Amino acid sequence: MADEIQTSDTSDEESSRRDFLYLATLAGGAGLGLAFMWPIIDSMNPAADVLALSSVEVDLSPIEEGQSITVRWRGKPVFIRRRTAEEIEQARAVSLADLPDPQADADRVQRPEWLIMVGVCTHLGCIPLGQKTGDPKGEFGGWFCPCHGSHYDTSGRIRKGPAPANLAVPQHTFLDDNIVRIG
Amino acid sequence: MATKTEFKNPVVRWVDDRLPVFTYLDHEYNQFPMPRNLNYWWNFGALASVVLILMILTGIMLAMQYTPHVDYAFESVERIMRDVNYGWLLRYLHMNGASMFFIVVYIHMFRGLYYGSYHAPRELLWMLGVVIVLLMMATAFMGYVLPWGQMSFWGATVITNLFSAIPWVGDVIVTWLWGGFSVDNPTLNRFYALHYLLPFVIFAVVALHVIAVHITGSNNPKGIDVQVPRDTVTFHPYFTAKDSVGLVAFLLFFSAVVFFAPNVFGEPDNYIKANPLQTPPHIVPEWYFLPFYAILRAVPDNFIGGWVTGWMGVTFVSAKLAGVIAMFGSIAVLFLLPWLDRSKVRSARYRPVHNAFFWVFLVDCFVLGWVGANPAEGMFIWIGRVATAWYFVHFLIIIPLVSMIETPRPVPASISEPVLKEKA
Amino acid sequence: MRRLRSIAVVLAMFAAGATGVWAAGEKIEIPDRDWSWNGPLGSFDRAELQRGLQVYTEVCASCHSLRLLAYRNLAALGYGEEEIKAYAANYEVEDGPNDQGEMFLRAAIPSDRFVPPFANEQAARAANNGAYPPDLSLMTKARKNGANYVFALLTGYQDEPPEGFQLMDGMYYNKVFPGHQIAMAPPLFEDGVEYADGTEATVERMAADTTAFLAWAAEPELEDRKSMGIWVLSVLAILFVMTVAVKRQVWSDVH
Repeated sequence: MADEIQTSDTSDEESSRRDFLYLATLAGGAGLGLAFMWPIIDSMNPAADVLALSSVEVDLSPIEEGQSITVRWRGKPVFIRRRTAEEIEQARAVSLADLPDPQADADRVQRPEWLIMVGVCTHLGCIPLGQKTGDPKGEFGGWFCPCHGSHYDTSGRIRKGPAPANLAVPQHTFLDDNIVRIG
Repeated sequence: MATKTEFKNPVVRWVDDRLPVFTYLDHEYNQFPMPRNLNYWWNFGALASVVLILMILTGIMLAMQYTPHVDYAFESVERIMRDVNYGWLLRYLHMNGASMFFIVVYIHMFRGLYYGSYHAPRELLWMLGVVIVLLMMATAFMGYVLPWGQMSFWGATVITNLFSAIPWVGDVIVTWLWGGFSVDNPTLNRFYALHYLLPFVIFAVVALHVIAVHITGSNNPKGIDVQVPRDTVTFHPYFTAKDSVGLVAFLLFFSAVVFFAPNVFGEPDNYIKANPLQTPPHIVPEWYFLPFYAILRAVPDNFIGGWVTGWMGVTFVSAKLAGVIAMFGSIAVLFLLPWLDRSKVRSARYRPVHNAFFWVFLVDCFVLGWVGANPAEGMFIWIGRVATAWYFVHFLIIIPLVSMIETPRPVPASISEPVLKEKA
Repeated sequence: MRRLRSIAVVLAMFAAGATGVWAAGEKIEIPDRDWSWNGPLGSFDRAELQRGLQVYTEVCASCHSLRLLAYRNLAALGYGEEEIKAYAANYEVEDGPNDQGEMFLRAAIPSDRFVPPFANEQAARAANNGAYPPDLSLMTKARKNGANYVFALLTGYQDEPPEGFQLMDGMYYNKVFPGHQIAMAPPLFEDGVEYADGTEATVERMAADTTAFLAWAAEPELEDRKSMGIWVLSVLAILFVMTVAVKRQVWSDVH
């Protein structure tokens, strides 16, 4: 009697040990296969040379008050405008209630003089006009998108037209008074 | 597919009633009867399909990063090696994967040769296999051109120039192949397009190859037909388990190469960007082409060329063309093998004379490879010629002759019988 | 002249079979060195790489480009962002066109590739007596027995060629270069550089450092590759034991 119980215990244990071995091997193989998927997937992420260009440093010293420059950053234009006191005043004076995408000018700039934003219209991705002196600047003295007539103010906020949001402000850091790093 | 498998899962059953893919998988990869006596040499077919899938997968990822232009190809490959996330891994897997593919397939072929897997009723299966090898060679050759290193360029130049040996239209054909007057950007572009296409053609022929082997069933070391159910075991779990052992062992070898000796099969010259004005002093193809390269160079100037010239007064077959014919003939003869070998017994186990010649032939192939790796000078010329001659003598004379005059040893009555006897 | 030289080189290299390098019946010995990155666990020595970069910068870079490397890659040598910026700023790259449609020169930044010493091959040949100093990015992979060969070449100069050897004008005798005539003047001299870390700059030290740096430049992935390899092989080894156990278990009722 005791022997019989002993035997059936052993065979149970054996079969469960065998099941464990099968499962563990299967899991090991599947784990290795899955682990190999990561290099496959990650190879499609931005490569080191692309990431190396993901931040640019811009020398601001040649820009006069009231001038704008456009720099390329991550394949897109970035507008850098050295605003006049008047433009800053204008941007600050607007009541947030009048804005489709309410945002205070102070939240969009680190130094009031320098407005830095991605020059891509938030409507359908056109490049707004207003960088050059002769460009139309729209009804609010900032930028005007010729594609579907969106008007941006001197803080790059949407004021009129189909665009749903303000021009995006990229992450940027002033390394010193004259050099800003975007990205 | 006479009987449909009943599945418990309603979704599986729903699909299977309309398109019996699950029944197919169940029949072909679960219940499929396999001879129980297959040894580990039978792993290599499964391994080859794993390598093919790995090559396609890594290849597609590399194609996303590669630039097929003579000015950027070399740099884009190095960008993959240096800047793309795990690019070095993908590229080394792909580069060494080609060598692994040939190692696995060559072993698979020699296994077929030894155990007589080309005999009736598996002639078509064997011929499809030869088609796969041909396609693999074309794919590997064009893939080797893509990094646009010195060996890429000069390999492409030499091999495409082979076609100039074709009488009258040779030069026209070579110009057409190049898309210009030398191997250049158009050549690189078309090779890239074809290198991307051919693996899928290989995949399709592999599918036919697999369908064919599931019609006849696998051959086995004894080379005799399955007679009773006791001769077989189901594919799963017996051969899924056995193939897994082979697969992991193979991956160990593959990984050791990829991670610790990734350039062991390569030529240093291919890390020098292609220079159309300077040929490397010693051009060698990749190792898997070496035996064929030796055959290509083996034909002496005055062999067929002189004979045909003397007879017709016109040079139909130059030495260059003779070499090309010999090289392609070395593959073509494999298509004829099922009819050259007239033996009723398949496996070399029971054919002592055939068996001995098999090993001589294997050595001959290694000798050809060794000759192909060395410059065609001095003793290598003669060794190459003898080895080339033997290659054809083996297939065209030895195999038919031996199969007709040899008395095979008695063949066991069934697959399971001697196994059971030995046990008892 | 150049044609003669190249014929000599071709003849010498033609004799190089799969077994070894032969020239005029004499085998060129390339001694093996025990490099830190050899073996499955090998890795680069950062101090050595930094010294190698210094030799490259002060000696090799005046003729040899390193096109496949970017300044940002120097982070792998243990340099910080500011150091790399400062290093890159020593070089000028052409950029543009600017708003006036003109190309202009600017200081290099970390994302730029190493600026080559010559604008193109023709300029390089013109400045080097017709010889083209090859790019060094892949040098240790592009020669048989790469690292040992580079080291042997750098230390293989001999002031006087052996008796009876015809050395051509403007060429130098080198023990390991195929054909023994090399257009590159001996680049390394005792104390040719003053190492930033105070290491004594013997020719052998400099040659070893340069070789190490070039080996890294050719295979910057080497350390990642080997450590991943150890991991993958370990997992596969365990999996192998398991699959063998499974196979035995499955087949136990058949045999």
